[in-house]
Amino acid sequence: MFKSINSNQGELITIYFEGKTLNVPKDYNVATALLWAGVCDFRETTLNNMKRGPYCMMGVCFDCLININGMDNQQSCTIQVSDGMKIKRQVINSSGKK
Amino acid sequence: MNSAKYDIIIIGAGPAGISAAVLADQHKASVLVLDENCAPGGQIYRAIEKNQKSDNEWLGQSYQDGLPLIEDFRRSRVNYQHSAKVWHLSGAKAVHYSVNGKSHSAKGGQILVATGAQERPFPVLGWTLNGVMSAGAAQILLKESGVVYEDAVFVGTGPLLYLIVHQYISAGIPIKAIIDTTPRGNYLRALRHSFGVLKNTKNIFQGWRWKWEIIKSGTLYISNISDVRINGSDSVASVEYCQRSKWKNLNCKQVFLHQGVTPELNTSLSAGCDKSWDARQACWTIDVDQYGQSSVDGISVAGDASSIAGGVAAAQRGSIAALNMLYNLELISRGDRKVLSKPFKKKLSKEMAVRPFIDSLFKPHVRYRTPQDNETIVCRCEEVTLAQIKESIGVGCKGPSQLKSFTRCGMGPCQGRLCGLSVTEILAKELEIREEQAGYYNARPPIKPVTLAELASLDET
Repeated sequence: MFKSINSNQGELITIYFEGKTLNVPKDYNVATALLWAGVCDFRETTLNNMKRGPYCMMGVCFDCLININGMDNQQSCTIQVSDGMKIKRQVINSSGKK
Repeated sequence: MNSAKYDIIIIGAGPAGISAAVLADQHKASVLVLDENCAPGGQIYRAIEKNQKSDNEWLGQSYQDGLPLIEDFRRSRVNYQHSAKVWHLSGAKAVHYSVNGKSHSAKGGQILVATGAQERPFPVLGWTLNGVMSAGAAQILLKESGVVYEDAVFVGTGPLLYLIVHQYISAGIPIKAIIDTTPRGNYLRALRHSFGVLKNTKNIFQGWRWKWEIIKSGTLYISNISDVRINGSDSVASVEYCQRSKWKNLNCKQVFLHQGVTPELNTSLSAGCDKSWDARQACWTIDVDQYGQSSVDGISVAGDASSIAGGVAAAQRGSIAALNMLYNLELISRGDRKVLSKPFKKKLSKEMAVRPFIDSLFKPHVRYRTPQDNETIVCRCEEVTLAQIKESIGVGCKGPSQLKSFTRCGMGPCQGRLCGLSVTEILAKELEIREEQAGYYNARPPIKPVTLAELASLDET
């Protein structure tokens, strides 16, 4: 599992992943915060429903796409966490529509 | 449309972009720097200001060396826009970008593309599984947030791989194993270029020191392998490697892959810049003259965005490009351009002298650049396998653009960044043509995905 080696995490803020409360360092981006909290399954692919998570962490691969505050396709490695942020796994529902 | 006007617009705040910006500012040019990250430094000096306050000495001297540059940049009058996503660069020197979902436009007398490098795709079986990330990602997590993974397996080749492994070991993070994919023959091929090494022994000694300390640390170090694949259903269960014709299994939950870096192409190509295939680096490079001027008038490309030479070289190439742009803007004379660029050229030639050695030593084997197994996914976004690409070629597909219509390969949100190089080499191999003939995707704006709302938010007059 991912963990932090910094003794001082700084200020923590609250975000929600799939309704679960997570307290994460304020200066993390969304992808880092989720990985640190033990989440590695960010979305499923549209074609084969494969589970995916961050790959490059620098905005190139677009594998860390996730639903943030109701918006799909958010590039989580490029977005800072903010207090009260509601994050959901990005999935395709049974009708095939997002 | 309201466009802000600047003498020089620089895309990217890594060593090339920052060096260019600081120098241009000293010569009274108005400069706008647009950068995707939230702080300057690019990938090499990522989060350097944040780490300055901590005592993270395991990040190493080559990282700390970047600080004076960032301080100069902060002190300059340069207009710096962080968190800016550039989605359009036109040959007419207009730039469109968005910040927090709102679009802006700017026009420059001269444009510098200093968008740096990205990691080369590593298309092996299982590289799309959860728990597989690039080694660059591991380094970003470490530098920016101090986040690490214990008992991970690092697979690949290249200076950056040794650097991150060395940083992990120095920080006391246990590593399960390093699987070194450097082809054996490379050591011999590199020796032919050892003359260049004599001109810049510092770099090479640093590299050997990293490797020596990695081996000395007692971390399991596996080399001379002929193939590698990653197993698991949803997430990583193990890495398998083939050594002396025998497959061996290593259980693990996290794998970090790396096999070098390649230029960020989409920005330059979308503006119409010419490119060439570099056989030694096995990637496309953007054609530039000695001053970084591309084939498109008024657009220069500096640093790793044109061809891979590393951070120190990037800073020199950025400075040289800045002087040329200042000359084009008639802010300095031709003579000044020549005299002022001399010290940068001298430092650059020292950096370049060692490249043939490094490039030859760390050129990844073709079996890791083009997948061997038909079931390997080449295009991660659209989940296109090697088998599908071969099938398309079999029914007459002649190039990357056609391959898009046949398979959607390269049409996902990453816009071909993670499959383009593999596709060039697969086409070249299957059609028995040169990479130049096989070609690359046509990069078109928007060069980053944007929402309609973002497009519509452009200021209108």
